[in-house]
Amino acid sequence: MNMKTQVIRFPAWRSRMLLLLLLAGFFVLIGRSFFLQVINTKFLQAQGDSRIERVIQMPAHRGMITDRYGEPLAISTPVEDVAATPKDVRINPAQFNALKKVLGLSGQELREKLDAKKGFVYLKRQMPPEQAKAVKTLSIPGVFLQQEYKRFYPSGEMVAHVVGFTNINDVGQEGVELAYQKWLAGVPGSQLVIKDNRGHVIQDAATIKEPIQGHNLTLSIDRRLQYLAFRELAKGVEQSGATSGSVVVLNAKTGEILALANIPTFNPNNRKHMVAANTRDRAVTDSFEPGSVMKPFLISAALMAGKVTPHTLIQTAPGYWTVEGWPIHDADPQGLITVNQVVKFSSNVGASKIALMLKPQVMWQLYHSVGFGQVPDSGLPGEVAGDLRPWKDWRPINQATMAYGNGIAVSLLQLARAYTVFTNGGVLLPVSIIKRTDAPIGQRIISPKIASEIVHMLEMVTQPGGTASNVVIPGYRIAGKTGTAHQAINGSYSNNHYYASFVGFAPASNPRLIIAVTIHDPNASKGRYYGAEVAGPVFQGIMTDALRMLDIPPDDPAQLIAKPDGDDGPSTEHQGLSRRYHASIH
Amino acid sequence: MSNRLNLFLLLAVIVSAICVVSAQNKERLAFISLEQQQALTRKIEVKWGQLELEQSTWAVHSRIQAIATEKLHMKLPQSKDIQIVLAGKDGEQNPK
Repeated sequence: MNMKTQVIRFPAWRSRMLLLLLLAGFFVLIGRSFFLQVINTKFLQAQGDSRIERVIQMPAHRGMITDRYGEPLAISTPVEDVAATPKDVRINPAQFNALKKVLGLSGQELREKLDAKKGFVYLKRQMPPEQAKAVKTLSIPGVFLQQEYKRFYPSGEMVAHVVGFTNINDVGQEGVELAYQKWLAGVPGSQLVIKDNRGHVIQDAATIKEPIQGHNLTLSIDRRLQYLAFRELAKGVEQSGATSGSVVVLNAKTGEILALANIPTFNPNNRKHMVAANTRDRAVTDSFEPGSVMKPFLISAALMAGKVTPHTLIQTAPGYWTVEGWPIHDADPQGLITVNQVVKFSSNVGASKIALMLKPQVMWQLYHSVGFGQVPDSGLPGEVAGDLRPWKDWRPINQATMAYGNGIAVSLLQLARAYTVFTNGGVLLPVSIIKRTDAPIGQRIISPKIASEIVHMLEMVTQPGGTASNVVIPGYRIAGKTGTAHQAINGSYSNNHYYASFVGFAPASNPRLIIAVTIHDPNASKGRYYGAEVAGPVFQGIMTDALRMLDIPPDDPAQLIAKPDGDDGPSTEHQGLSRRYHASIH
Repeated sequence: MSNRLNLFLLLAVIVSAICVVSAQNKERLAFISLEQQQALTRKIEVKWGQLELEQSTWAVHSRIQAIATEKLHMKLPQSKDIQIVLAGKDGEQNPK
């Protein structure tokens, strides 16, 4: 039997069919991969990246503000904000009570915040990190922490007006915080990174925005002198029952502001009960009629014009006279006195007579050139220019009263700055709240000879018989000028509201410090309202300790030289020594 | 000949591939440690700021003055208590 091999013949189309199907399958695959790799690649790449790439914030903090020796006056330190996304919050009653306790909120307050129909709410801002940790340990879904920087002011109210403060968003509102906002502020950046499955950053993919750290700022303030100025001013304002007061301490050689304090003040660390008026930097933003502290500038103008010498005699008897029908009085009538004595006794009659010898333009020119009527440009915000009327509008009575500082308005900072003319041999210095690294460029106003003549007159003010003979610092020669002005209230001068001022410098032989003090509205019913009685002691208190702190040697040490036992008073040799010592200081 | 060259090239490719992997791993480790150090720097800076703040809060002058006068009973010398002593040649001339 033949094995019959049965050959089954398939039709040829079948194998072709199979081949075609397989080919079609391949084409579908190729098409799909083309679709994914070429057409849809952007979407897929983004999806892939989003699973490993993260944008992280790069924090930037606000720069520190320090005094001239690097002691901090304002520092930013991180605190935590507790925030929530209300729709995600799952909280049980026990957690609710714990959270309420940590945050220090009432149950209703917390409930309202969590029920808010907002995507995001702050539950509490600026918590200390230790307290915020307690919130973290509760681990409530939808409640989380956000780091933020808060500003602290270690010196508090003492230097509050100079430094100012920032609002809750770290933007400067007052003082140098406002004036130097751009310099101090940090700008947070962001960065794209690749993270692994454990959340570690494994690669820096790209920097989206470079963070800009805030710059530090070194002020010209000396924290020790600032405290001293603040302490003495507070004492002076309290003792005289005044409503407010200000003090400015300048470096007499550089024009730097070493201290600047105002009463009333405020605590920048706790502004809940802050009174807005107390945040005003009165020494810079308020102008007032300075009174007789202006007389040295008038005398400078007269000496410069050659109308008088320090020894020219002026008739001030009988202690009053009238200009255009307006009376001008002396508080302490004198007779025929020299120009020196006009300053020493602060004679209004004498000063107004000297003023009327000058052309208005000459007097205006000097007042203007020492900075009155112009902003002092110290770097502090809100500086006023004061009020110096154009000379063309002056009538003789205006000119006469401006001689003793009435009818003109200046800020205390302007006044202190103007006195640099006398401490620098006639050169006016710019003032600065920022520590200087270079020598200031001054502007010559009067000759060195006139400057030294004025210093001599100002020294007489604090000597026996002068209006400020109570302002004495043993061992030092003090130069200064008192000022007492009636406050103008509703357009006329009040009889019992005053500005009491004192501006002075020491040591007179080689001035190092200028201190300007003004006390507003001392309680006249206590009987003390003169500049010498009210502002003088503040000057004396600050200057005495400041000279010791800064190790400034006495320029009149005769009374202070050690006396051997059993010796009554200084011997002739002592005096000789003191003269030699004296000479070495000059 | 050409076989040998191919074999050599294959080996070189494998070695280079392993090196790439190892270098990338090292780079990541180094990067992680850099990140940690930077985080530490930030943490230390924050701590420094806090300490600076604490120091200046403790060293506030009003507090120092209060402690000096009340607790330690210190006081500033009055001007009558201060004497200047001249040293050197001038000092010797002081009468005994």
